[in-house]
Amino acid sequence: MKNLFIFNGLLRKKAVDILVSGSTIVSVTPHGEVPAPEDAEIIDATGLIVFPSFYDCHVHLREPGFEYKEDIESGLEAAAHGGFGGVMAMANTKPTNDSASVTEAMLQRAQQTWPNGPYLYPIGAATIGLKGEELAPMGELAEAGCVAISNDGVPVGGAEMFRHCMEYAATFGLTIIDHCEDPTLAKDCHMNEGEISEAIGVKGQPVVAESMQVARDILLAEFLNLPVHLAHISCKQSVDLIRWAKARGVKVTAETCPHYLLLTEKILNNYSTAAKVNPPLRSEEDRLAMKEAIKDGTIDIFVTDHAPHADHEKEHPIEGAPNGISGLDSAVALTWTQVEDGTISEDDFIKLWAEKPAAIFKLPLNTFAEGDIADFFLFDPKEEWKLTEDAMHSKGKNTPFLNTTLKGRVKAHWLGGTRIV
Amino acid sequence: MPQEKHFIWPHKDLLDVSQLSLEEVSHLLDTAEQFHEINQRPVKKVPTLKGKSVVLFFAEPSTRTKTSFDVAGKRLSADTFSLSSSSSSLTKGESLKDTALTLEAMNPDVIVLRHKANGAAQFIAERLDCAVVNAGDGCHAHPTQALLDNFTLRRAWNNEYKGKTILILGDIKHSRVARSNINLLTRQGVKVRLCAPRTLLPHTVHTWPVEIFQDLNKAMEGVDAVMCLRLQLERQQSGLLPDLSEYARMYCLTANHMDMAVEGAKILHPGPMNRGLEIASDLADCKNSRVLNQVSAGVATRMAILYLHATRKDKGV
Ligand SMILES: [Zn+2]
Repeated sequence: MKNLFIFNGLLRKKAVDILVSGSTIVSVTPHGEVPAPEDAEIIDATGLIVFPSFYDCHVHLREPGFEYKEDIESGLEAAAHGGFGGVMAMANTKPTNDSASVTEAMLQRAQQTWPNGPYLYPIGAATIGLKGEELAPMGELAEAGCVAISNDGVPVGGAEMFRHCMEYAATFGLTIIDHCEDPTLAKDCHMNEGEISEAIGVKGQPVVAESMQVARDILLAEFLNLPVHLAHISCKQSVDLIRWAKARGVKVTAETCPHYLLLTEKILNNYSTAAKVNPPLRSEEDRLAMKEAIKDGTIDIFVTDHAPHADHEKEHPIEGAPNGISGLDSAVALTWTQVEDGTISEDDFIKLWAEKPAAIFKLPLNTFAEGDIADFFLFDPKEEWKLTEDAMHSKGKNTPFLNTTLKGRVKAHWLGGTRIV
Repeated sequence: MPQEKHFIWPHKDLLDVSQLSLEEVSHLLDTAEQFHEINQRPVKKVPTLKGKSVVLFFAEPSTRTKTSFDVAGKRLSADTFSLSSSSSSLTKGESLKDTALTLEAMNPDVIVLRHKANGAAQFIAERLDCAVVNAGDGCHAHPTQALLDNFTLRRAWNNEYKGKTILILGDIKHSRVARSNINLLTRQGVKVRLCAPRTLLPHTVHTWPVEIFQDLNKAMEGVDAVMCLRLQLERQQSGLLPDLSEYARMYCLTANHMDMAVEGAKILHPGPMNRGLEIASDLADCKNSRVLNQVSAGVATRMAILYLHATRKDKGV
């Protein structure tokens, strides 16, 4: 059995040596305490942080149906280089992932292209064809390997229908993830409603399009005593409601994405379609509220909402361009800024990207205890690099951070003891 | 041709009035003033833009603005070519980028573009070498209308903007005419008031440098001019207004309202008018109405715009 010895890496700020045998962790010891085994492959991790592999619980890998934007192979490649050992893929593919055959085909593709991971965890549709009319066969989807349920892409507008989705998903122990958006308030909107949208003439989506649905979901979760996970939260009002709900003991968890912590609607002043995303980038007040929410735990997890598109699709006036930012390649560096600026600690960072996602969706987690699965990566917190098209592994180069300099980079990545990057 | 005082026009495109300094606006309107004089002559044609070509691409119908640009181009002896969404295959499912490249291949000196997409003119301008003039993009901007309105007001007010008050009345929320006018007029020191039901005002209008009124009688007190906007009749179907008779009762400009304004206050309307809905028919035709002056101002202003943009390169810029 092959052994691996990684020495002098920083694990939660302590210099350690890690011994791996086969697919599992054998020991984690203070640096220099034990000598490297003779037969082991030795890796010098001096100056590098050791993180357990991260989870991205909200990605769009576009396969089946839109392989020109991204496919499972390229999406998992971006995940591997981005520090993600597992990604949860939304169901808005073509055909929709609303039957076992689609789930199985996706898993097969992942197994063929990346047999040692990163692992694909499909999310099943809540309703057939995401139409919001008939429940999807969630039992069948769970059996086929779906780990959660969501209508992301086309949120369920009807409250009674959403109640049934929550109840039915709970029947199979699946958590429902809701893209909170009132379809009537969000109709034909292309950015946040505010001073910028009104200056440049674009129809804006009000924050209440999101927060009203957040309130609905919270109230239903309390009424039904069932869990609900709220996707890509973007504004202050939503955060205030979630904080209130958590204090009441409602089983609500929530996520946000790097761009809501770093950008505001201002960037759309020039109709920048690269920054067109749904929910839209909000105001500075909202951005600051999101930072507060990752700090105090109101927001449980980070996700990318990785939404790759082909260049020609984004090259339109703002009304004609699709929503989405390609996020897997840059997310870890972008969120590391929150540790650098003191908003969150390194422990929080691990919580937001690994521990909480694993807990919410019941996924395996490496805690660096003896016998744990050897899923981890080495991260250089100091390396500065430019996010160029060439540096991105995703097919989608659509990001407002393109050609900006990021700080912090994944240097090596092992899953089950096998090096994938 | 207009007497130049070595003023080199610095802009390739005219996308919105916000890009123009007040000095540039004043130069543009001085130029328009000279063309306005030409338009009063028996022979209204000069060879200034002979050999230049101007493409009028109106992907959204507008007889009025298109004709105005067409006349402006022809009076300067430019060749004008019209394309419209109904008469050309250009817009049939084609992306704006491909449309731009097609237009570029025709090698025009100026493209005048009207499009329903916000930022359409900017989108085209970023991709083409020729001058692009925005003739209205979505709800965003309508710089040539704002400039011709400004020309009309300048004449009515003897070039004195400061301290004047203007009321803009009607659907502000969806109006590119209002946005461009507000930008220009407030910079010139004009006090701008807006009056409309709450559904036709932007949510963040309180951040604009304007005064907001709901009551038309109060809004009219002491104004030097009132600018009515055209009401799109489909606003009723989209749930922004109850039946139109209520709108007319509350917001149609009538002679009684004019009594509140200063003596001789001017009435403007970008046209075409819904008589009896946003403006009483007799007011549209009264002696203080400047609606027809706006039309002739439109030709002169657009001549100046075409002239400044089509000849810019000839000056070695
Ligand atoms: Zn979503």
